[in-house]
Amino acid sequence: MDAKPHLQVKNLSVSYGTTAALKNISVDIPDKKITAIIGPSGCGKSTLLRAFNRLLEDGDEVSISGQVLVDNEDIYDPRNDITQIRKKMGLLSQKPYPLPMSIFENVAYGPRIHGIKKNRMDETVRHYLTIAGLWEEVKDRLHEPATRLSIGQQQRLCLARGLAVEPEIILADEPTSALDPKSSQKIEAEFKVLKNDYTIIIVTHILRQARRLADYVLFIYLGELIEHGPARQIFENPQHEMTKEYIQGIIS
Amino acid sequence: MKKKMTAKKIEEAVFKALMKGCALVVFGCLVLIIGTVIIKGIGSMNLDMITKTPEGGYYLGKEGGVLNAIVGSFVLTLSATAIALLMSLPVVLYINVYAKKNSRLATLIRLSLDFLWGIPSIVYGAFGFTVMIFFGITASLLGGIITVSLFILPIMARAMDEVISLVPGELFEASYSLGATKFETALKVITRQTMPGIVSAALIAFGRGVGDAASVLFTAGFSDRIPLSLLQPAATLPLAIFFQLGTPFPEVQERAYASALILTILILIVSVTARFLTARFRRHIIQ
Repeated sequence: MDAKPHLQVKNLSVSYGTTAALKNISVDIPDKKITAIIGPSGCGKSTLLRAFNRLLEDGDEVSISGQVLVDNEDIYDPRNDITQIRKKMGLLSQKPYPLPMSIFENVAYGPRIHGIKKNRMDETVRHYLTIAGLWEEVKDRLHEPATRLSIGQQQRLCLARGLAVEPEIILADEPTSALDPKSSQKIEAEFKVLKNDYTIIIVTHILRQARRLADYVLFIYLGELIEHGPARQIFENPQHEMTKEYIQGIIS
Repeated sequence: MKKKMTAKKIEEAVFKALMKGCALVVFGCLVLIIGTVIIKGIGSMNLDMITKTPEGGYYLGKEGGVLNAIVGSFVLTLSATAIALLMSLPVVLYINVYAKKNSRLATLIRLSLDFLWGIPSIVYGAFGFTVMIFFGITASLLGGIITVSLFILPIMARAMDEVISLVPGELFEASYSLGATKFETALKVITRQTMPGIVSAALIAFGRGVGDAASVLFTAGFSDRIPLSLLQPAATLPLAIFFQLGTPFPEVQERAYASALILTILILIVSVTARFLTARFRRHIIQ
């Protein structure tokens, strides 16, 4: 029925002071797929991801133009409620940042803010910890501080915490860069399952990770969206010279 | 070449020794001060000192104790700390959570706090006294509480600011991206993360307030009795020490040191209790 994707970007430009970080980006992000944003460091990948969540505006001297449409609503329209927009998107950062509270409270934080009933909380917490693949490891120590978990477990806790507000989209900013290979593998495996229910956007500078995970790829270079398309096309038959060179490792 | 090396080594050794020496002087001062207070005060220390009000003469009786000043100091400073906390927490949360980084208002507030910090306590005392005259209040517990809370507010707020401004931006973002408002983030995440720092700030402020004589000299006054209402004058330990030390009688002077010992122990008790109470929060802190 709804042919339009959850997330559409139209003519988005972002600049920090006088430096342009993103130049006139337009793209539709496919639903219930993993979309990887690839490109060299400092080219605007994270900026694009954070623009989806309106996290950019808290910095100084940021100017944003263009539109980001979530379910056809422009998130930069000042009439829209920012907390409702952010609720639709879960965020995973490079290094996991659990909240300064217990494992249980970390997952319960979002639902509690959005008014889930107290008597359903145990069930809710259990449900999302299970989805994030952490339940078996923490079920006996739910009330311990989140800081006692290993960093890989913390990242899965952050995933559970994000999922608990029932988002449609998961934004992940190099979510495995601080993790050991085993934990990274677990996160990647999670993503492959989660894409059945969620639209996932992952920023990565690891090309092999993008190859393993992505269904759709955006290649960004110096703030410009050079090329985007299905993963197979980008990796096997890139149209643009620059994409070719990046995929082959000539530029990085 | 070899000569140069030894010269460098000697230089290194000399400066290391100097720094270590200075560091030890700090510790030595602590030992000396506490030692002096204990040695000179222990003779007059008895149960009466902490359970009775002064007897046998106005202010400086040689009998009885300083219960009036203990109660006065405790009630006055605790109230002042509570008021300062209620004032400084919103200020600090505002400049760190709501105001944009390096916004003009935040800079102005930080600058004001720094200036206020630098104003000597006697000036706060004089200011408080003027305000009290304006409102027709005489030297009283209330006057003391208001003046001391003004005096310790910048100390507390700036100490909290130091801690809260160190909270990583990602922690704010983690909360925002779950759909939390700034207020929810400030209340549920930031205050929890910085609880030990907030308590330390309150303790530093309490310590400064409880030990200050100049700010309460005109505003709280002094009394041999324990105040029964906010509008009665209240004795404080620093002033008790001040008056007792100023007498020509050796036995009263000795009581000044006993009072100093009580003041030191009081600060110690408050500090340990507060740290004990916040230990629970410490383990949750995100590094």
